[in-house]
Amino acid sequence: MPKVVFTPNLSRHLECPPLDVDGTSVRSALDEVFADNPRLRGYILDDQGRVRHHVAIFVDGGMVSDRDELTDTVGAASEIYVMQALSGG
Amino acid sequence: MSEHIFIGTRKGLFTAGRPDGGEWTIERSAFLGDPVGQILDDPRDGTLYACLELGHFGPKLHRSDDRGETWQEVTAPQYPDDTAEDSSSDNGTDEAKPPSVNKIWSLVAGADDEPGKLWAGTLPGGLFVSADRGETWELVRSLWNMPARKEWFGGGADQPGIHSIVVPPENGRRITIGVSCGGVWRSEDGGETWTNKSKGMWAAYMPPDKKLELNIQDPHCVVCCRGKPDHWWSQHHNGVFRSTDDCETWVEVEAAAPSAFGFPVVVHPTAPDTAWFVPAVKDECRIPVEGKVVVSRTTDGGESFEVLREGLPQTHAYDLVYRHAMDIDASGDRLSFGSTTGSLWASDDGGDSWRTISTHLPPIYSVKFSKA
Repeated sequence: MPKVVFTPNLSRHLECPPLDVDGTSVRSALDEVFADNPRLRGYILDDQGRVRHHVAIFVDGGMVSDRDELTDTVGAASEIYVMQALSGG
Repeated sequence: MSEHIFIGTRKGLFTAGRPDGGEWTIERSAFLGDPVGQILDDPRDGTLYACLELGHFGPKLHRSDDRGETWQEVTAPQYPDDTAEDSSSDNGTDEAKPPSVNKIWSLVAGADDEPGKLWAGTLPGGLFVSADRGETWELVRSLWNMPARKEWFGGGADQPGIHSIVVPPENGRRITIGVSCGGVWRSEDGGETWTNKSKGMWAAYMPPDKKLELNIQDPHCVVCCRGKPDHWWSQHHNGVFRSTDDCETWVEVEAAAPSAFGFPVVVHPTAPDTAWFVPAVKDECRIPVEGKVVVSRTTDGGESFEVLREGLPQTHAYDLVYRHAMDIDASGDRLSFGSTTGSLWASDDGGDSWRTISTHLPPIYSVKFSKA
């Protein structure tokens, strides 16, 4: 199962431990996380469901290319890291 | 007089107090490290609200039911899905995108007979209303869908925004907003319909044939005299304006001194001819005139101004004061303001003299006297 890991900086605001999820895309993987933690969604995505400007998401070490629709695919053993971008601090 | 001041800053929310009427001190901090823009002390039920502007994780709204001892996150206004096709909110930027709230730029309570009702203005320029103390929010679509709204443009920020909202405690159907840049707008029917109320303002930043247009005005701050609600003041981008006919017409106050540029204005709660400003050089040089921090006060409706400087730094001071960073309490005697360089001052005598509360806070975004 893909694993989603969140920047520890988010723990200042809300709990978001690493989670193993189903899903074959970044969108479906995150949606599963948000289903159990709806408040987290607004920290990662903007009002239109896009990745926030100063949030970076990596899949298996590569930055996702589709920040609007989150269509980048994830595999069963993928690791998705949701990080705080160096910009925006 | 109010004995507490809430200070929203680039690095947290601070509370200043003066036990037993002594010196002001910073008594408490919250959200350390996080930007806190707007603060609302709801006079109807004592609830505190703090608007966070997290650099990475977006705008957040927190609420306290125990006067700031503890806080809980509630819901921030959010553009609904069906605004996704509307790219007009980024008017003036290189690449137009569907709207997402970047900042809650104004937050006020509804009328006295509307418990729990809140109004929020945002960047980009939407007006939102909550009926349940910020648990849920609804975009005011009548304003959002106006063709004129789509012509608003950014002033200072890239996007247009609503920074001033005035709702009289006795009439929740009368809502007045200030937009940079879009002028002053009024609804008399609870937000169903809107009329531009910027007649008389003029814009130095527009071509001559456009300068009187209502929908391009940049009123940096719009305030109403609580005791005389027909009387309004605005610190506009290129001057001070006053209305004595409930925003039907605005008249430029040409005597403003030592300059006509600035952001905040506060008006005395019962004496409509008395208002205070914090002038800066002008729009492209946003520092105090001659490096001296002063407050200007008129007590005769703008016919003349006194320049108040006792207790304020008069050499190499480069404090700028944002539009929400000055407040007056209900007595009309006590004022406070804070600056971009983290200085905070208060006066007990209508601005005749000032006491320094701190010179080393983070950059100050907002200053509010406690209503309790």
